[in-house]
Amino acid sequence: MERVEFISQEANFNADTGIRTETMMLNMGPQHPATHGVLRVVLYLDGETVVKAVPYIGYLHRGIEKLCEHITYQQCLPYTDRMDYLASICNNIGYILTVEKLLGIQDAIPERAKTAEVILFELGRIESHLVGIGTNALDLGAMSAFLYCFKERERIYDILETVCGARLTTSYPRVGGLPLDLPDDFEEKVRNFLKVFPATLAEVDSLLTRNRIWIDRTKGVATISAEDAIDLGLTGPALRGSGVPYDVRKAMPYLGYENYDFEVPVANEGDAYSRFLCRMEEMRQSLKIIEQGINNLPDGPYAADLPDVVLPEKELTYTRMESLIRHFVLVYEGFKPPAGEVQHAVENPKGELSYYLVSDGTGKPYRMRVRGPSFVNMQALPNMVKGRLLADVIAAIGSLDIVLGEIDR
Amino acid sequence: MSFDFDSLIAAINSAYPGAVKERIEYRGETTLIIDKDRISSVCGHLKGTFGFTFLADLTAVDYLEIRTPRYEVVYHVHRFGPEIDENIRLRLKAEVHGDNPKIDSVTHIWSGADWLEREVYDMFGIVFTGHPDLRRILMPEDYEPFPLRKDFDVRDREASKRSFERALREGGD
Repeated sequence: MERVEFISQEANFNADTGIRTETMMLNMGPQHPATHGVLRVVLYLDGETVVKAVPYIGYLHRGIEKLCEHITYQQCLPYTDRMDYLASICNNIGYILTVEKLLGIQDAIPERAKTAEVILFELGRIESHLVGIGTNALDLGAMSAFLYCFKERERIYDILETVCGARLTTSYPRVGGLPLDLPDDFEEKVRNFLKVFPATLAEVDSLLTRNRIWIDRTKGVATISAEDAIDLGLTGPALRGSGVPYDVRKAMPYLGYENYDFEVPVANEGDAYSRFLCRMEEMRQSLKIIEQGINNLPDGPYAADLPDVVLPEKELTYTRMESLIRHFVLVYEGFKPPAGEVQHAVENPKGELSYYLVSDGTGKPYRMRVRGPSFVNMQALPNMVKGRLLADVIAAIGSLDIVLGEIDR
Repeated sequence: MSFDFDSLIAAINSAYPGAVKERIEYRGETTLIIDKDRISSVCGHLKGTFGFTFLADLTAVDYLEIRTPRYEVVYHVHRFGPEIDENIRLRLKAEVHGDNPKIDSVTHIWSGADWLEREVYDMFGIVFTGHPDLRRILMPEDYEPFPLRKDFDVRDREASKRSFERALREGGD
């Protein structure tokens, strides 16, 4: 339900038509299906044209940054799932990489863990883009594309389930590598996904890319120039859709992304359609990365040989006193990174996600800061919809692909 | 990284003498401690002369009873480059005193700083002078404490209760 209020202080009288008009305030959200969560946007309308849009956020604020100051580094991991819950595995890996950087153990991480993380990261990207495109299309009335997208997303959830037992809230890798070796059918499932996904992608492509209604609703809508996009700090498809080829995987490679052969898709129009094209192409590039990863998935250890950081194997915990003690100490006190601070950025599906960790030498982070891409990207909304029609607000929010769990944290 | 931070620091210091107080290298990241009163000029110089067009992050840390001045406002600025080694990320820090914490806004340099500064104000109560619209962003507008300060008591529900009851009584945002 939307609450409509009239502001009647300054009614404008149009002498030509003899009609008295006034600006109307329309409250969109926080309970609105097209806001992808609990976002409230107050729209000031002149007829159907948006004069001003003011987003109000914070309805989902859980204080994750504060909560993490009171728990060990390992215990923070499940909280990172609950930010961008459409790509929780990417948040997890980003956090793990930051802690590894803080500990200074990046070089000790075995190749098998790194390659597995790249594969999962790219699966997370596809998963998130499927929701982004699917819901954007659904909001604009194209239901079938949404169903195709969600069908394929299930397949990715099945892979995640075999790897870590959870579908949505993965909490998967650990500091130092993987908690367990990859399951036996992991490779087969990923290969199967690589085989069937291109067909679905082609279907979504044929449903939308040259669809007249879709083009009319998104082309030239919610435009933002490259300069404005950089100035506002946009990242991800929202920045690349405006023609800026910035991708953290290329700019500041992590997990060995510099060894993978992939392109960073860029579109120049800066409108909702460009952002859609970027996401479509990014999924194709992700498939390419996953294929390279699965073909070169090395055997060998899955976790670093660092007794101070990595939990001992379960079997040893149950049979050896020393391992049991180590297990308890690591769980109760956690590992203690040296005092210092690091920032680490990863290219999340929605843009640059970076963590800034300050350690005071104890087992708990002194400060954990999360720079979520949705939070910064959301700032572009008022610019994008100003002077446009009310219906374009829906297209703009959908094309920014925000997730409120990450905006509010 | 091939980037020459020494000449960058020299250039800043010659334009604004004494602006860079210290340089710290840790885990391959460069941090510059900037004089609080010059932060806006230094940021403008970094963007205009050195091409740091992108503000990646802006946040703060509370060092209650650990350091004086109590707060640090932390900026992560980024320069795009076509090649990997031309992408430069730099951390700037400005120390802000505990009583009446105040620092100049950088919203006129990067408009993306708008919400980031509002969040720091919301969480730490640091006032950004020159900010066009400094309101609370995540917490309710009539909420009194600043949650990310170290002396904030997480178990204290009174402030939330007051703001919730007021909303029930009066309606509104």
